[in-house]
Amino acid sequence: MATKTEDYLGITDYKVIGTRPIRHDGVDKVIGRAKYGADIDMAGMLHGAVVRSPHAHARIKSIDTSKAEALAGVKAVITVEDLPLQEDKIEDLGEGAANLQHLRANVLADGKVLYHGHAVAAVAATDIHTAQEAADLIDVEYEVLQPVLTVQEAMKEDAPLLLENQTTESLGEDTGQKSNVCTHFRHELGDVEKGFAEAELVIEREFDTATVHQGYIEPQNATALWSADDQITVWCSTQGAFTVREQTAQILDVPVSQVKVVPMEIGGGFGGKIRIYLEPLAAVLSKKTGRPVKMVMSRTEVLQATGPTAGSFIKCKMGVDKAGKIVAAYAYMAYESGGFPGSWAAPGAMCIFAPYNIPNVLIDGYEVLVNKPQTMAYRAPGATNAAFASETIIDEICEQLDVDPLEFRLKNSAREGTRRADGPVYPRIGNEECVKTALSSEHYATQLNGKNRGRGIASGFWFNVGLKSSAAASVNSDGTVSLVEGSTDIGGTRTSIAMQLAEVLGIRAEDVKPQVVDTDSIGDTDVTGGSRTTFATGWAAYQCALDIKEQLIERAAKLWEISTDDVVFDNGTFSSSDSSKTLSFKELAGMLDETGGPVMGRATVNPSGVGGAFAVMIADIEVDTETGKVEILRVSVIQDAGKAVYPSYVEGQMQGGIAQGIGWALNEEYAYNRDGLLTNASLLDYRMPTCLDLPMIETHIVEVPNPGHPYGVRGVGEVPIVPPAAAIANAIYDAVGVRMTNLPMSPGEVLKALWAKNGENGTA
Amino acid sequence: MNAFDYEAPQSVDEAISLLSAGNGNIGILAGGTDLIAQLKEGRKIDLMLDLKQIPEATALSFDEDSGLSIGAATSCSKIYSYDVVKNHYPALVDCTSLIGSIQIQNRGSVGGNFCNASPAADTPPAVIVLGGTCRIAGPNGTREVAAEDFFSGPGQSVLQSGEFLISIQVPTPAANSGAFFLRFIPRNEMDIAVANAAASVVLDSEKTTIQEARVAIGAVAPTPLLVADAGAALAGKAVDDEDAIEAACAASRAAARPISDMRGTIEQRIHLSGVLTRRAIQGAIQRAKES
Repeated sequence: MATKTEDYLGITDYKVIGTRPIRHDGVDKVIGRAKYGADIDMAGMLHGAVVRSPHAHARIKSIDTSKAEALAGVKAVITVEDLPLQEDKIEDLGEGAANLQHLRANVLADGKVLYHGHAVAAVAATDIHTAQEAADLIDVEYEVLQPVLTVQEAMKEDAPLLLENQTTESLGEDTGQKSNVCTHFRHELGDVEKGFAEAELVIEREFDTATVHQGYIEPQNATALWSADDQITVWCSTQGAFTVREQTAQILDVPVSQVKVVPMEIGGGFGGKIRIYLEPLAAVLSKKTGRPVKMVMSRTEVLQATGPTAGSFIKCKMGVDKAGKIVAAYAYMAYESGGFPGSWAAPGAMCIFAPYNIPNVLIDGYEVLVNKPQTMAYRAPGATNAAFASETIIDEICEQLDVDPLEFRLKNSAREGTRRADGPVYPRIGNEECVKTALSSEHYATQLNGKNRGRGIASGFWFNVGLKSSAAASVNSDGTVSLVEGSTDIGGTRTSIAMQLAEVLGIRAEDVKPQVVDTDSIGDTDVTGGSRTTFATGWAAYQCALDIKEQLIERAAKLWEISTDDVVFDNGTFSSSDSSKTLSFKELAGMLDETGGPVMGRATVNPSGVGGAFAVMIADIEVDTETGKVEILRVSVIQDAGKAVYPSYVEGQMQGGIAQGIGWALNEEYAYNRDGLLTNASLLDYRMPTCLDLPMIETHIVEVPNPGHPYGVRGVGEVPIVPPAAAIANAIYDAVGVRMTNLPMSPGEVLKALWAKNGENGTA
Repeated sequence: MNAFDYEAPQSVDEAISLLSAGNGNIGILAGGTDLIAQLKEGRKIDLMLDLKQIPEATALSFDEDSGLSIGAATSCSKIYSYDVVKNHYPALVDCTSLIGSIQIQNRGSVGGNFCNASPAADTPPAVIVLGGTCRIAGPNGTREVAAEDFFSGPGQSVLQSGEFLISIQVPTPAANSGAFFLRFIPRNEMDIAVANAAASVVLDSEKTTIQEARVAIGAVAPTPLLVADAGAALAGKAVDDEDAIEAACAASRAAARPISDMRGTIEQRIHLSGVLTRRAIQGAIQRAKES
């Protein structure tokens, strides 16, 4: 498998890549024919409901299911006793990992509930109303314990412990110390103390960020059928059918080959649809009843019980020398894990100072248990929190030095050869190009006038991932190609992957028929996550096309009775030195039967040549100083895509990331009360931005090819969510002179900051 | 959702007899934007009584003498699309066009907004400053209650067992008058007011002096509040009398007795009562000048 930087082909005159064909799944989605998990209906199907904890932290003393079982229409009730016991084993989810005991105790509580909404039991009945009524009839007796809701509280020595056997792993060693702190890690580069000693200016601040939700529109769902021959089929909404298969098989303690996962269309994931919740419950309920069981979460269940992304407490300190070069940086990053270990401080630490060339860096990361749902990935997980801290500090440095924030970023930019604090040395990257594009943009050149208006700049980085992908394709006699793949299509990847195959074969994107298939129908493929799908599954499609090309050259050679070395394939045409011998791809596709039978290509890849992605955001805002409300006036995002395979989708990712980042910045937060109960488990009170809250988001795609991919592709999906919180905080400072160090920067918080600065009468 | 009976009476009398005969919990259905959501969240009823077949409940009419009559189940979008409302009751457009989303406005009604009696309801302050009344039908006939007297606590109104709200009556605005409603929400739609306020003014014929004013605030007390002191502070004062306007704002802040919850704090809501009162008064004066 080719994975080196030489893999970049250096092509610039593409036929298919860079165009905007009509997407293959467009019609079905526009007319509503596309099938989602909630659309499933089968003869004899039962409906499941889950009993959830009304407490944030409690011991389960007893569960009485008798009344529920006695209700007419109820077919089965399960608790954690119905799930096989697990050994203490870590399961890699592709993006994140899970300890199997914890995964089991998360899908059904085992002795303790660790968050409001934690699943305790499940019911299957003939209809959903009966199932819900039965769930209400299950009596659970709890011994309520004190909840722990912030990392600062949870890290105190006398804090109540969520998991009694949890000990801290510090710098790779198990300390044996019982604690809510699961992990402490450190990255070190140069000599940070010496760096700060040499600095002319040092800025240090503390930052708090709230727990936030990914905001996918479609709730989690799963339908399972456990057949009498012990074959288990699961239909669900997931970012990765193979990781669902793996987790489900492990929890049910059956071989993976007994589980087939059929990925339905997905209504958004953003990292939240990787871990399983309902799948094993539906499967066990199906085993008990012999009937298919369907389970669909309500929005309240989604918010209470699935993984949000981590809230965090970050201390950040940076020093610059007389020349305006960053000489030292320090970060203390404590991230919430939720009720079970595994959080996002590690990726946050990979990103926090990544756009800069800094000789002396120290980063301490902590992952800490709190009584909230087990956290999950959310678009560049950990990086938005991190950039909020570092990019705010940089803005303050620029203010104090009185230098342009983009010029400062250019002067200190990371580039090829720069070493990041966590180890890697960058190959060719596009951060400087992004900053330069921002500097020369019409937006930046346009002065922002008006009272209480301000402009903020922030940069962001996301490393992107590679991981496993498979593709298989068959040549049809009419000159089209049927492509099967295992990557859930969230952002239009059926098309962006098909385009990479079409480019090789010299055919149109429309002549490829891509399909996302179940786990029995394609080789193992990791999740659609880490901005990897167009990069890695696209690479698999590219390899698959090379395989087809090679076989078709053999067929042409056979037909023409010449050596394969004498067959030339260019721009969709096979030819030889004998000019009478030419065949188009379509013509040759029609002659497969007479040249040896069908042609199929196949490829599996696990590429390492991932290209990191950088983005810069320019945000213009206005603050209503009487209410504290921030209005977004104008926003531009500049991002290096390596090569934009399908520019509209790249722009869509950029706009989507910025939109979510604006929500995170201004209003989104899980509002827990003192008892640890989630008080805003609805989309009315969990305030994601609506269309009316956002301006048109202007996009500038920068293309610095990734040397680690044949077409120069970099992942594009995640990095645009990294800069918004910091860019808006910096814009608020520019507008009204207050430094916002907590997320969200909601009207009440901005008002409080203004009062602290001016006094209430100063604004009223 | 539990199983329940459903009835759609054709007349006020039929509705009253169903209400009187009904045993257990009765849920009265207009647009259903609150009731159905509550049923999904576990509220249990034995009978759902749908008002939408009763002509008076969905009527919307205007008469110079008696004013505007809004059937209790008349949808918000029907109200704000009505020319009379657009031309003479812009404060009703302010509130009915910002509740929920367009889909919600196509179902949700002002009557339902009153009967649900949320402290943060968006239509009561405007109806209160316009001098509106609630027409209530019951076993002993029909009675009228001033809009500001309709509410008795969060989720509670003066409706007695066997009674229901038929319509809301809003008098014809006086000459040289104007009214304005606004709310504060963190985003720009699909939200619940952190605080809201409405004001109405009647100016003299020169349009320089405020003859009469009413101010109402919401989401800052257990019920929507008519702030009589705010109106009194403005009466007889010049339209550009900043001290008078500030006195009205201070009266609203003094009247507010909010709670802290995830939508806002006590301090923020008291402060906003003043800010929104000022903006409502300024909006009302502007409309009166343009009238």
